[in-house]
Amino acid sequence: MTTMTLAKALNAGLRKAMEDDDKVVIMGEDVGTLGGVFRITDGLQKDFGDARVIDTPLAESGIVGTAVGLAMRGYRPVVEIQFDGFVYPAYDQIVCQVAKLHFRSQGRVRIPMVIRIPFGGGIGAVEHHSESPEAQFVHTPGLKVVACSNPADAYVMIQQAIHADDPVVFLEPKRLYHSAKADVDESAPAAPLWQSRVVRPGSDATLVAYGPTVSTCLDAATVAAEEGRSLEVIDLRTLSPLDLVPVHESVRRTGRLVVVHEAHVTLGVGAEIAARVTEECFHSLEAPVLRVGGFDTPYPPARIEEAFLPDLDRVLDAVDRTFGF
Amino acid sequence: MTDPVFGPAPERAPDPELVQLLTPEGERVHHPGFDADFSAEQLRGFYRDMVLVRRLDIEATALQRHGELGLWAQLLGQEAAQIGAGRALAPQDYVFPTYREHGVAWCRGVDPVRLLALFRGVDQGSWDPAEHNFGLYTIVIGAQTLHATGYAMGVQRDGLVGTGDPERDTAVVAHFGDGASSQGDVNEAFVFAASFNAPVVFFCQNNQWAISEPFERQSRIPLYRRSHGFGFPGIRVDGNDVLATYAVTKAALQRAREGQGPILIEAYTYRMGAHTTTDDPTRYRLSDDVEHWKLKDPIARLEVYLRRNGLADDDFLAEVAAEADALGERMRRECHALPDPSPHDLWDLVHAEKTAELAAQQAEYDAHAASFEEVS
Ligand SMILES: Cc1ncc(C[n+]2csc(CCOP(=O)(O)OP(=O)(O)O)c2C)c(N)n1
Ligand SMILES: [Mg+2]
Repeated sequence: MTTMTLAKALNAGLRKAMEDDDKVVIMGEDVGTLGGVFRITDGLQKDFGDARVIDTPLAESGIVGTAVGLAMRGYRPVVEIQFDGFVYPAYDQIVCQVAKLHFRSQGRVRIPMVIRIPFGGGIGAVEHHSESPEAQFVHTPGLKVVACSNPADAYVMIQQAIHADDPVVFLEPKRLYHSAKADVDESAPAAPLWQSRVVRPGSDATLVAYGPTVSTCLDAATVAAEEGRSLEVIDLRTLSPLDLVPVHESVRRTGRLVVVHEAHVTLGVGAEIAARVTEECFHSLEAPVLRVGGFDTPYPPARIEEAFLPDLDRVLDAVDRTFGF
Repeated sequence: MTDPVFGPAPERAPDPELVQLLTPEGERVHHPGFDADFSAEQLRGFYRDMVLVRRLDIEATALQRHGELGLWAQLLGQEAAQIGAGRALAPQDYVFPTYREHGVAWCRGVDPVRLLALFRGVDQGSWDPAEHNFGLYTIVIGAQTLHATGYAMGVQRDGLVGTGDPERDTAVVAHFGDGASSQGDVNEAFVFAASFNAPVVFFCQNNQWAISEPFERQSRIPLYRRSHGFGFPGIRVDGNDVLATYAVTKAALQRAREGQGPILIEAYTYRMGAHTTTDDPTRYRLSDDVEHWKLKDPIARLEVYLRRNGLADDDFLAEVAAEADALGERMRRECHALPDPSPHDLWDLVHAEKTAELAAQQAEYDAHAASFEEVS
């Protein structure tokens, strides 16, 4: 058992994956000598060499495209996209090649690639450094998409993603990299990667979140409890495939659901969850499924990002509204 | 006009000499850098390959006309570039093709019927890339050049560059067109290959056209010189000369296998047919141009050379023609017999590990499909 930040847990998970399988290679901008701008790959090049931890030229399509070739040669590339807003130059390679090669080749070509993306806002950054592009990848058949929300999950999930034979977009809540600290038990049995999880049981309403908004929802549940309302919080963990079994089970008990993410609400993951929960739990619902998310504006300048990001008050307000129907 | 500070802008450069070993008239010429000897058997092999591949192409075009294929991308005129490049490969080398590399596919032992299946809409590539060391056709132009470069980086990591063992040292070929040379991916591939000194040969068939756009729209300088800005050599070869293409590609591959890094080959050729069977080139090019290039036909010049030097007789030529007829007949027969895939399988192909979500959607489809069977 070690106390770790989320950043350190990812670093330890990557190290373990590299020790376990010498086909694992890390590639990206500044991931080698510097250890990444967030230090997630700190020390890995020193210990595994520059053939396995590769500082690449600055070209995202080039990084992902060459990672495809390495995967075809039997490697397991772990690609770091420096910030969420810089994934778009690689979008074509991700959507047209990474996602489709298994299908196009009738399963003969596997692309066991992990694309790590620090995502979300709240760090006071300039433009393109605070975005939540997950819906674009969830909407792409052939990709799997997961998001970690805490150090213990981060340590395990990154290894599971690397071990998976399918391409995985791995979203890391950058706001929590150095603030979230927790005990990580390296020898604890791992939950399957493709499962969501109830992180706080409750009975009056259900909150669903992933990545950075899980802690927002846990805080909201604490405050609601003081006011006599019991909120259940579910950490989705996997966005594609979506594991809504615990969500359906929860909504059948609570009758109320609020989905919380930083991404723009329109056609976001919350919209999909609302549709599916309506299909599955129509008769249990006491209120429409509500969404709390980023506005349908570009991510704003840092001085007003708190207004854009779902916070405790907006979450509790939505919960109140579900009781108003 | 010369800028006083920056110097002259390069004028649209005149076409440079290209490496040629067999003139359009069928005359064997010599080149100081690439003076190879070819055995009679090898020369007859090139001829046979080109004739069969041309037949394959004509047959597929006809099948499209008869409604058996949805589309076909013709290689007519590019037989020498592809056979030269394909026959220069060692078995362990790996090739990343575009959608037009039927001649290279032939050299890699991919059954032409597999190509028909793709263009018929039966599948999106049904050969095993690992079995043939020949990747799947890639339609997004230029994307595969990055895959080739990454694959070559993998070869480096496997320690299969510069060992001195000709059976093990491995090179990778990235095919692309003159139009693709403008894509970011191709330029990024050049950067990565140069930076990592990857054993990759960039093989550009400059067939003068990207659908309707002439080469001049892509570049002010001869294409092979692009590589110089990236820090590796480039060379232009007569892409209608199978001997020169073979010799240049072989040398480039050897250089890459030895660890001397990437190289760009511009195979200067001409797309004699339409871009694809949906295209109408009379809307954008003069038939005079096509007539001019007819005189440089890759097969005719080799046939003249073989006959004139007594390397092939009527029997041999008749034998190859008969083989081409048989190939055409087999392609027609097997194309007609290609079964449609089952929609049921779609969900099985998305991931290596099928998700519960997809399994549920598949079951829903199956139930829906079954409901029709019960009615009928
Ligand atoms: C990224 C992308 N843009 C556009 C197209 C449509 N397209 C298909 S082939 C082609 C022309 C390519 O020309 P070139 O690279 O010279 O290859 P050629 O067809 O002459 O062999 C175009 C524009 C495409 N397939 N991919
Ligand atoms: Mg072209």
